[in-house]
Amino acid sequence: MRGRNLIPALFAALAFAWPLAASATMAEIESDVVEATLDNGLTVLVLEDRRAPVVANMVWYRVGSADEHSGITGISHMLEHMMFRGSEQYEPGEFSRIVSRLGGRENAFTGRDYTGYFQVIGRDHWETVMAMEAERMRHLRLQEDEFQPERDVVAEERRLRVEDQPNSLLREQFMATAFLNHPYGQPVVGWMTDIQAYTVEDNQVWYDRFYHPNNAVVVVVGDVDAERVIAAAREHFGEIPAGDLPELKPRTETPQRGERRITVEAPAELPYLMMGWKAPVLNTLDDPADAYALLVAAGVLDSGEASRFAREIVRGEELAGATSARYSPFSRLDDLFLIAAVPTAATDVETLEAALLDQVERLKDEPVGAGELERVQARVIASEIYQRDSVRSQAFQLGMLETVGVGWQEGDRFVERVRAVTPEDVQRVAREYLVSERRTVGVLDPQPLDGADAPDPAAQPYGDGMGDL
Amino acid sequence: MMRGGLLAVLGLLLMLAIPAQAVEIEEWETDEGLRVLYVAAPDLPMVDLRLTFDGGASRDGDQSGLASLTSAALRHGTADLDADALAERFESVGAEFGTSSLRDMAIVSLRSLTEPDWMETALDTLASVLAEPAFPESDFERARRQALQGLQRERQDPGSVASRRFYELMYGDHPYANWPRGERETLEALQPGDAHDFYRRHYTSGNGALAITGGVDRATAETIAARISAALPQGSAVDPLPPVPVRDEPVEERIAFPSEQAHILIGTPTLRRGDEDHYALTLANHVFGGGGFTSRLFQEIRSQRGLAYSVSSRLQPMAVEGPFRIGMQTGVDQADDAVAALREQLVRWHADGVDADELDASRENVVNSFPLSLASNSDIVGLLGMMAFYDLPLDYLERYIERIQAVELEDLNERLRARIHPDAMVTVIVGGQE
Repeated sequence: MRGRNLIPALFAALAFAWPLAASATMAEIESDVVEATLDNGLTVLVLEDRRAPVVANMVWYRVGSADEHSGITGISHMLEHMMFRGSEQYEPGEFSRIVSRLGGRENAFTGRDYTGYFQVIGRDHWETVMAMEAERMRHLRLQEDEFQPERDVVAEERRLRVEDQPNSLLREQFMATAFLNHPYGQPVVGWMTDIQAYTVEDNQVWYDRFYHPNNAVVVVVGDVDAERVIAAAREHFGEIPAGDLPELKPRTETPQRGERRITVEAPAELPYLMMGWKAPVLNTLDDPADAYALLVAAGVLDSGEASRFAREIVRGEELAGATSARYSPFSRLDDLFLIAAVPTAATDVETLEAALLDQVERLKDEPVGAGELERVQARVIASEIYQRDSVRSQAFQLGMLETVGVGWQEGDRFVERVRAVTPEDVQRVAREYLVSERRTVGVLDPQPLDGADAPDPAAQPYGDGMGDL
Repeated sequence: MMRGGLLAVLGLLLMLAIPAQAVEIEEWETDEGLRVLYVAAPDLPMVDLRLTFDGGASRDGDQSGLASLTSAALRHGTADLDADALAERFESVGAEFGTSSLRDMAIVSLRSLTEPDWMETALDTLASVLAEPAFPESDFERARRQALQGLQRERQDPGSVASRRFYELMYGDHPYANWPRGERETLEALQPGDAHDFYRRHYTSGNGALAITGGVDRATAETIAARISAALPQGSAVDPLPPVPVRDEPVEERIAFPSEQAHILIGTPTLRRGDEDHYALTLANHVFGGGGFTSRLFQEIRSQRGLAYSVSSRLQPMAVEGPFRIGMQTGVDQADDAVAALREQLVRWHADGVDADELDASRENVVNSFPLSLASNSDIVGLLGMMAFYDLPLDYLERYIERIQAVELEDLNERLRARIHPDAMVTVIVGGQE
């Protein structure tokens, strides 16, 4: 099923998949990124990979839901949709028709810190799509008759991804509870009434504010010559003037004063438990060690079938049917260290929560075993190689690191840094960050599905037809 | 013809200005009769193995959920390794071991680095899983409870509710009607011995095939294949599935659900692997709803009317007639309009066919995107596994583009009228009140 994607958060799994030659035998495939910055401030990153005659072409903008304020949440995502509905040179839908005839696959995604557009295409056509991306960087034509149906599409997207998915409903309200003034509390897709109240002008303002070469990163990975790509980028993007970018307000989260808890009631069969601790990221730390130690801590708890949650919570005590633990060092602002789980039929949520917290306490009380650390590191090394199987994944990671402000070079240090984490590091960060004053707990309380007590969707405040045809 | 290597296609692709590199599929059979397809991909120090067996949910018989539970139980360990130790062995060398089960096929996969010590540990562990999987009762009981919880998760998801009913209505008494996740009653009745027997009968060298790609040379690939083949139970191919009964009238069912959107599925059993109409129907469907952002359904239903985020149609050729299926989700208040709009598009497509411009655009996409489908080891091993499972000829990929090029407009529209039956489709709508 094709659709434009949302990336509400980076997963630890993604963070685990980052390149760098990790052992002597793998040194020969070390990445060789070529970087250029044009006079107008556009960053261009190129990685030659000639395994197959294909190219991933991406344009990333440093704008996402973290830039939004109350009332227009999700506008970055809405604008992403509008980027396919006509520019000065291409009528609505024409961009996609051209890409399709060239055999390209295209899509776009919006996250908290970025909005990205990409095509994967045969090696003879990357410059065609690059030129088209350059055109829509500054020549989008936002039109009312194109905007109206697309706003309805976005409302349907929200219904699909959030309203009818009980776990997503919990996640959304959980994040809004964890963060008071920090923008990661806002959903990437936007609140429903915000979506239904967007105007063409809102989109225009957003486009004019953020879609400039000095706020963008072009990433090309595949069967290309790097110098030719950079020359082409100069040709197609070089004439676009730099724009005035807004100064970002800090929006630093106000200090949390004690644990927070919420319950979400929704028609569902299964409860769902989420816990999150506010944690720093590479961007907000002076010393990267804490971020990588948190990453390893999440890996010890839950990465693969041999990790602690799988062994002890899912198989051993059988308290949960599914678990996850994730943390990503790669975001613009402070984020959460997240644990989530579905209790088994024989377990109540309180028991599961206590067992998960015991596991967190164990990280503080005793050093992680050497074997566990080696297992996590082995998975990182392997993922680094597996990652290279896809030009799109490689391009994604370069663009993501660059756009969130960490810098693509962090990729070259990733395995080294994971390998530098010691059992004491894990213990130290667990003690410092995984504490109750930083914790938010969310529980999905399932309500009957049979309709007897279920809310009438038409009675919801956003079911008033504003966004409907 | 991985990455376009086979000569006939090479010529064609060059004519179309599509670059191609030489990659060849090699094929052999092990001593025990396991068919092997192999493509050398020396650029990265990793290898992918994909075993496919005729042991998917269509083989459940009256034990619905058995294929799925058997697949999951392969992670429970061996005579010498319990579930923890098994996971530890794979993960300590960065290997990814996977098992899954679809309607047609059961899949066992392994991805490993080719670093010799690490690959040896991964292969040795895989071989021991295949040779002597243990089906310990306590693990089996847990897997059963997880499967039952899986059924609960489906019940809170309108899309799953719709899909389950859709297959029941499309396939009636045919094995494809069986829901792969099973039923509460049948899951509760399953015993570890059932999984053991299912494994011995279906996961055999004579009932499966092996795809290999990655940074191992032919000799090494042969050694790997021989080891895996020797580890597998010996046995012969299971009998072919029965034919799918032809549907001659429409059926529509509405299921109430406390959701904001209605999930709509429309379709009917249509196409099996190896059917010569595959090429014409693939192009026709690409125009209709299979071509992503440019398809008619996307344009008419999403872009013009804003009725859905996701709307598409898909042809899924299987061992016997797999479905042609239209799917969308829309706000419950406009579900009736949406169904009417889909039917209008369906009837128009069927009656009037596609036009020459549409065919050209779709054909160009299919032809020009071909190198993308062979661009990674993941892509390659997936295609090899599919070809091996469905016993497609080695020149299947080589001839694919040629056959797509050979489709003529009139023939396409004639095949579309002959094979798609808008007046005999199953419609399922889940969401809103009854």
